[in-house]
Amino acid sequence: MTLAQLKKGEKAVVEDLNTDFVPLKLIEMGCLPGNTIELLQLAPFKDPLFLNVNGAQVAIRRETAEHIQVKIVAA
Amino acid sequence: MNRRIKVALIGNPNTGKSSVFNLLTGLQQKTGNYPGITVEKKEGYCRLTKGVSATIFDLPGTYSLNASSLDENLVIELLMNRKHADFPELAVIVADIENIKRNLLLFTQIKDLGIPSILVVNMSDRMIRKGISLDVEKMEEELNTKIVLTSTLKKEGIQTLKNEIANYSQLEHSPCLDFRSIDPDYFASLQKTFPKQSIYKLWLVITQDVNFANIDRNTIQSTDGDHTRSVSFLKRLQQRETIKRYQFINEVLKKCLQINREQATDFQSRLDRVLTHRFWGYVIFFVVLFTIFQAIYDWSSYPMDAIDSAFVSMSEWAKTNLPSWFVPKLIAEGVIPGLGGVAIFIPQIAILFVFISILEETGYMSRVVFLMDRVLRRFGLSGKSVVPLISGTACAIPAIMATRNIENWKERLITILVTPFTTCSARLPVYLILIALVIPDTRFLGANMQGLVLMGLYLLGFGMALAAAYVLQLVLKLPHKTAFVVEMPNYRIPILRNIGITVYNKTKSFVLEAGKIILAISVLLWVLASNGPSSSFGQAEAIFGADQELTQAELEQKISAYKLEKSYLGQVGKFIEPAIAPLGYDWKIGIAIVSSFAAREVFVGTLATIYNVGTDEEDTIKNRMADEVHPDGKPVFTLASGMSLMIFYAFAMQCMSTLAIVRKETNSWKWPTIQLAVMTLVAYLAAFATFQVL
Repeated sequence: MTLAQLKKGEKAVVEDLNTDFVPLKLIEMGCLPGNTIELLQLAPFKDPLFLNVNGAQVAIRRETAEHIQVKIVAA
Repeated sequence: MNRRIKVALIGNPNTGKSSVFNLLTGLQQKTGNYPGITVEKKEGYCRLTKGVSATIFDLPGTYSLNASSLDENLVIELLMNRKHADFPELAVIVADIENIKRNLLLFTQIKDLGIPSILVVNMSDRMIRKGISLDVEKMEEELNTKIVLTSTLKKEGIQTLKNEIANYSQLEHSPCLDFRSIDPDYFASLQKTFPKQSIYKLWLVITQDVNFANIDRNTIQSTDGDHTRSVSFLKRLQQRETIKRYQFINEVLKKCLQINREQATDFQSRLDRVLTHRFWGYVIFFVVLFTIFQAIYDWSSYPMDAIDSAFVSMSEWAKTNLPSWFVPKLIAEGVIPGLGGVAIFIPQIAILFVFISILEETGYMSRVVFLMDRVLRRFGLSGKSVVPLISGTACAIPAIMATRNIENWKERLITILVTPFTTCSARLPVYLILIALVIPDTRFLGANMQGLVLMGLYLLGFGMALAAAYVLQLVLKLPHKTAFVVEMPNYRIPILRNIGITVYNKTKSFVLEAGKIILAISVLLWVLASNGPSSSFGQAEAIFGADQELTQAELEQKISAYKLEKSYLGQVGKFIEPAIAPLGYDWKIGIAIVSSFAAREVFVGTLATIYNVGTDEEDTIKNRMADEVHPDGKPVFTLASGMSLMIFYAFAMQCMSTLAIVRKETNSWKWPTIQLAVMTLVAYLAAFATFQVL
């Protein structure tokens, strides 16, 4: 599944991401395979996504989240 | 002997880098622009120890040396180019203790450049509260550097930092990890092609398209070994580099950093649950906006009145006490009212900057960006356009400069093009006098009618900006790529000193920039209005002097009215009268529009000159304007012509400085020209429609 399918409050581990679509800046903030991501908040129309990426809080757009493969972990 | 060390202050955004800068340099700061580009340049002076001082360059905040914006690009170019006048002898990298892992990424990259570096770990006052402990000595050893703990909130650690800067020659130059291991063959081959160059600099040239030591991307491309390959290949390699750096950082932090998670409060996340809530988030944002606008009007009226009357009495004093030849007359009637026209905006602009910097310092602005992104994207804008659109209510110039952190060029361009529609403070005096003139001071549904009209004009400005953005989004064909990443910093209590310094610097640059133009225009106006073709201009005394019926005062008034009509300025007004008559204006308003072409706020001052009212005091001009009639006896300022004028000012692009900044930011004459043409056309048509309908 992709990060875009995560529900509010769920935690997941990054499995893979497409560097052609995911900005390097997000990767540098710690969005790397093996790291944990939590979906903290969703704006209306479920976009953008407010995330906790490896301890850093960032917002990204849904279209970026669709290129990040994740696996849900138990909260 | 006096020694001056050049120091670059580098760090991620939101680490308190600017606070460190403010503490080091106090008010000994200079802000300006880097030549040719509009990236703000901040440098300051700092005395370190006896005989040793430092010039500190506060570089734009950046997450890494992989640049994604103009500001970040500058950091790389400065650090790569040893011949650059500002090339630092020492880099001070500011990190904040809560985000140290991410902050260290940039640190390891700077170390790879071979520049001596000091690591500042800021916000150390939060360590105990957050249950964090750091083994500084161990970390210095692992990272091959000096570490200084600071707390800008409690002003701690700054003296230690100064001492370390003074002793910088003892620092290690060597990198703290070997990034080449991500693809040994590739980097070995690259090094073989350029044996004398630093491998990390070569790698940056390839990935960032910057140049150094006469090597640019093309030079590398033209060599054997296919070192530039495909974009995908390079991006994958960059990802591997990032992973490599994080592996190193994780190893270091495992040895030096301990976090007791139990003590971490979740107050922040509870705050976010409310402030970014899909319903309450918006309610709170609009309450905040409403409060800001109320405050701007309520608080600024007293200082504005005081400034106004101070300049009026200064001008009066100069008129009566200075000799009446050219220069003193110019000062009394041209320069002093012109300066007053600038000074009157200082209170509102300062108050607005206070609020904007509070919103940014607390971290709330990022939440607004999050809330508004989806809404604004419908109009081709970005969530990050919120900041320019709000700052635009003070002045479009800093607002357009604030678009720089929008990564997507299309969204950024649209934001630049529509921001001048928002009601800036220069439009305000125009609105205020016209509203007082043509809108009755009555109540409508319990609210003040005049206030409602003013609010309506603000909403009209925002509405027009959105509408224009929507059209531009459909018209502009630009490659579109998403790179929307917004950090949501932890909420913080704003540091008063930082707000004070920001407001002081921004207000100062507004006064200087706008002041120059307004001053020049008012002098030019005064000269044009007090001179004319001698054949008709000089005849005034002869024509009216013979009339014995007139009193001295009436005579003077007749003469100056006649002189104005026959002056060069009057000729201009008469010339354009046919074009503006359908909008309901006469030639005198025409002069005011022409003269305020370069800066809107000149409008009221021009009317004051034209209507021969000696003071800038609005009430007097207002009474004089109310009495103004067309040759056929009908009043000039009616509801229709007044509204038409306000609509014209709402939409027209009458600001030379904004056009100049748009030209700089878009690096072409094309966009400011289009902007000027379209906005003037829209203003003309809308004013025409307003006058004809009412």
